[in-house]
Amino acid sequence: MLEIDNINSFYGKAHVLRDLSFSVPRGKVVALLGRNGAGKTTTMKSIMQLVRPETGRIQFGDHAIVGLPPHKVAKLGMGYVPEERRVFTDLTVAENLLVGRQPPREGAVTWTEEMLFELFPNLAERRNNRGKALSGGEQQMLTIARTLMGNPSFVLLDEPSEGVAPVIVEQMAKVIQQLKSEGLTVLLSEQNLHFAQAVADLAVIIESGAQVFYGSLTELNAKPEIRDAYLAA
Amino acid sequence: MTVVLETKGLTKSFGGLVAVDDVSFQLHKGELLALIGPNGAGKSTCFNMLMGQLKPTAGEVFLQGENVTGLTPRRIWRKGVGRTFQITSTYASMTVIENVQMALLSHNGEVFRFLSFAHKRYREEAMALLDMVGMAEQAERHCAVLAYGDLKRMELAIALAHDPALLLMDEPTAGMAPKERVALMQLTSDIVADRGVSVLFTEHDMDVVFSHAHRIMVLNRGALIAEGTAADIRNSELVQEVYLGGGTLFSAEEDAHA
Amino acid sequence: MELFVAQIITGLANASSLFLVACGLSLIFGVTRIVNFAHGSLYMLGAYIGYSLMQVLPGAFGFWGAILLAGIAVGLVGVLVEMLVLRPVYRAPELFQLVATFGVILVVQDLALIIWGPEDLLGPRAPGLRGVYRIMGEPIPKYDIVLLLITPFIALALWYLIARTRLGVLVRAATQDREMVGALGVNQAWLFTGVFALGSALAGLGGALQLPKGGADLLMDFNILAPVFVVVVIGGMGSLPGAYLAAIIISVLNVFGVTYLPQSTLVLMFVVMIVVLMIRPYGLFGREEVAGEHGQVGEPELPIKPASPNVRMIVAAGLIILALLPLYGSSFSQVLATDILIFCLFAASLHFLLGLGGLVSFGHAAYYGGGAYVAALLVTHADSPMELAFLLAPLGAGLAALAIGWVCLRLTGVYFAMLTLAFAQLLWSLVFQWGDVTGGDDGLVNLWPADWLNDTTVYFYFTLLFAVGGILMLRHVAHSPFGYALRAARDSQRQAESTGIDTRRVQLLAFGFAGLMGGLAGALFVFSKGSVFPNELEIARSFDALIVVFLGGVKTLAGGVVGGAFFKGVEDILTRFEYWRLVMGFLIIFVVILAPEGIAGSMRKLVRRLQSSKTGGSQ
Repeated sequence: MLEIDNINSFYGKAHVLRDLSFSVPRGKVVALLGRNGAGKTTTMKSIMQLVRPETGRIQFGDHAIVGLPPHKVAKLGMGYVPEERRVFTDLTVAENLLVGRQPPREGAVTWTEEMLFELFPNLAERRNNRGKALSGGEQQMLTIARTLMGNPSFVLLDEPSEGVAPVIVEQMAKVIQQLKSEGLTVLLSEQNLHFAQAVADLAVIIESGAQVFYGSLTELNAKPEIRDAYLAA
Repeated sequence: MTVVLETKGLTKSFGGLVAVDDVSFQLHKGELLALIGPNGAGKSTCFNMLMGQLKPTAGEVFLQGENVTGLTPRRIWRKGVGRTFQITSTYASMTVIENVQMALLSHNGEVFRFLSFAHKRYREEAMALLDMVGMAEQAERHCAVLAYGDLKRMELAIALAHDPALLLMDEPTAGMAPKERVALMQLTSDIVADRGVSVLFTEHDMDVVFSHAHRIMVLNRGALIAEGTAADIRNSELVQEVYLGGGTLFSAEEDAHA
Repeated sequence: MELFVAQIITGLANASSLFLVACGLSLIFGVTRIVNFAHGSLYMLGAYIGYSLMQVLPGAFGFWGAILLAGIAVGLVGVLVEMLVLRPVYRAPELFQLVATFGVILVVQDLALIIWGPEDLLGPRAPGLRGVYRIMGEPIPKYDIVLLLITPFIALALWYLIARTRLGVLVRAATQDREMVGALGVNQAWLFTGVFALGSALAGLGGALQLPKGGADLLMDFNILAPVFVVVVIGGMGSLPGAYLAAIIISVLNVFGVTYLPQSTLVLMFVVMIVVLMIRPYGLFGREEVAGEHGQVGEPELPIKPASPNVRMIVAAGLIILALLPLYGSSFSQVLATDILIFCLFAASLHFLLGLGGLVSFGHAAYYGGGAYVAALLVTHADSPMELAFLLAPLGAGLAALAIGWVCLRLTGVYFAMLTLAFAQLLWSLVFQWGDVTGGDDGLVNLWPADWLNDTTVYFYFTLLFAVGGILMLRHVAHSPFGYALRAARDSQRQAESTGIDTRRVQLLAFGFAGLMGGLAGALFVFSKGSVFPNELEIARSFDALIVVFLGGVKTLAGGVVGGAFFKGVEDILTRFEYWRLVMGFLIIFVVILAPEGIAGSMRKLVRRLQSSKTGGSQ
């Protein structure tokens, strides 16, 4: 579904991603792990073309996407949920969803506002509240719902558990499992290994912008030395 | 034990919404006290009142017995309170050591000097502080190119520049990798032990809280609902319900930083 | 009572154009974050194009058709400007784009001159609406009534577009976080172009609509700029109802001002703006501006270090060559060098505020012109000796800067910038309209330096001493604890405040210091020319300094000086040609696109690259 092939990305002058390669198979949830500064967010942004890789290829379905503007990548079915919940705080919940709306896409679920309110019941009662009136957890849900309005076949989730209460993280895990059961492919960047273990099929670990592990979570659990070196218990 | 920080009935309301409701607690010398709770529980509001960014609607704050309620952040800092921010707040156009020097210049009342060269002032002191947080080698680097964990350590050096009695740390390990979190909190614990500083911190990483805090307070909907040791908090049904959840997403005691 | 009602109606009718132009500006700023200085030029183009179309299209249908077509035509011009001039510089540091829009102003000025000539054009009357209606016995032009009636509908249509349609939702979303909008599948490049076109079309429409009342002339662009900025700021940046209300307030007040206090007309709107911003820092309906919110902050600045011995040698050598100018240069070249030195000091003083303090002053001419006028007034009215006047001028300017800074520093971002502009305009209006004291438009003349200085070469050395001394002093302060504190307040006010730095006091003092140095430049200027006119205080002069600082490089300590020397030198060559503005405008746009970090900034980058490729090659 998504093939990342030897990409190199820079942030300002800093060389963040170094010859990074990995793939995300269709219908799977892949966790992108690594410490802060390892390049997880830059990887997400490089896929979305918000940061343009200087070299390397990214193949998304039938399309090579390096060099496309971000909105074209989104139109191909790539959904992006940024870290730090960038909801439009002056817009209402319903208007936030409207920004994300895209025409139905073949082979992907066509989400409606009602379906999303079913998935995120807290948002339903907040429909006409402005984004800034929402709690951190509600904002996080809104960013996910907003992205789903674009009927993506693939979702990039950048650190959804960062800075939210454990209780919300548990809810988030359920949502990701449901997305998977709807046939979506998910790339999830995480620092919370427990959360990743609860939802992911495969794990990629990056360190200093390069891949150091790729495999199933069972394999990862069998290699405590890797876990200890690049993550932590 | 000496009480370093005390609040009495601290309350803040915005319009009709009560963000912090009658919060009273004490922080003792050399203590690492954690303040936890769900998003929107009022932790940041509480912090901002302690540091002077917000004026309380009611209640008082005492620092080493002195009433500091409603003072500006500048005055509170001068009374010996250092702070670090949830999202690092540094002088991006300066080098690491200059960031620390700036705090030292301010501490020594030299902000309004026009003749001396700033980068030559208090270099040794600044270097000693950087050495303490393990940043001495990076002293001359441009702070905009630092890794996040290093920025956090630099911020800690800045917060310690005027040898404070109290350190307020707002989510000190947010955005860091688990190993860095442990290292930073270990560093903080060591400093607490060495210098007798007291620390109040908020945190979402329960591993950090349970392994480093001497005492924990839980805030929910603006009110303190529980207080006690790690074990007390972990076993409190109320806390589990409003905040911790089923506990599947943080380490159980047996494997926590074993 | 009758007169009162009639005046309110006239005011409401005048508000029509002002509202259209202002909400165009507000929309453009909201989405693109560009303070479009060229908005007045678009308004002027609307008037000229409308005029030409009315000459060829017949009857009432032709009249209204011409207005509509003028709006569309200016909208298309907006598309061109956005795509050719602004798109290449969206990624440049914040506010840099305003330099490009200033280039557009110059280009449009000369194009209009070439196409429509220097004569003022009298707007045709609207067919069928030539007479007056009598309301409570007072004559009201029929056209005013029509304007009064259609404006709310235009406002309502715009409001519907923004508040109720998906396009409007996208525009509002982009106002807050345009990168995110793009990541959600919206082609934001076209959204930007579309908004710029809409905003431009509204300006053009405003220009064409006022033809029967005001005609078309070449001063329209700058004349509308001040009121439009005032309206946008009073209403709150980005708020349409705010712009409407503010346009009405300003227009009605203006009509009353003309009747009851004719000397006050220019001053009045700035006083209103200052009062409103004192009570509501973000305008009537505005929200807080967060600078650099998601994107557009550019690379962080590099740490500064005092000049290395090598650089000092080069600078010293340059100064010696300059000091020897009277030995090899003509008297004219000494006058030119004097002008350039004065301008460099003026630019360096603004750079101190803008570059180190992050305080974008749109009205720095207030201190330059202010200093010049303090000296001129002392000489003219108090018979003060030149030396005393020369000393007191910077002090006066510095005090004015302290007072103005004290008020302005309550605000941040664009509102701060606008308020500084308002104060500069306030000073300008005072000088312009208080003819008894200031000489008004005729200026003050016969202000020659003391006898011992009254010689081109001596005055050149005098200027060299003070200008270079001032510039070196500004530079030294940058390296002092105070200069560091100023940067600290800019980089992170929060951290600075919570480590005991009184950031407002630091910024205020910096404001006063920059004002003092600006005033010194003004004092040098007045005695080099022997006269001073209100245009030393006007918006265009403030813009000159801004352009120079941005062109030179905001993030480079030498930016102000390098830009000043470049700008003044080029200007001197170009002004010998008839259409020099056209060339200058294109040159500015060119530099902006090619060197987004300014001349000094880009040179430094080039040098670094050469150095690193050298070391790379030797490995």
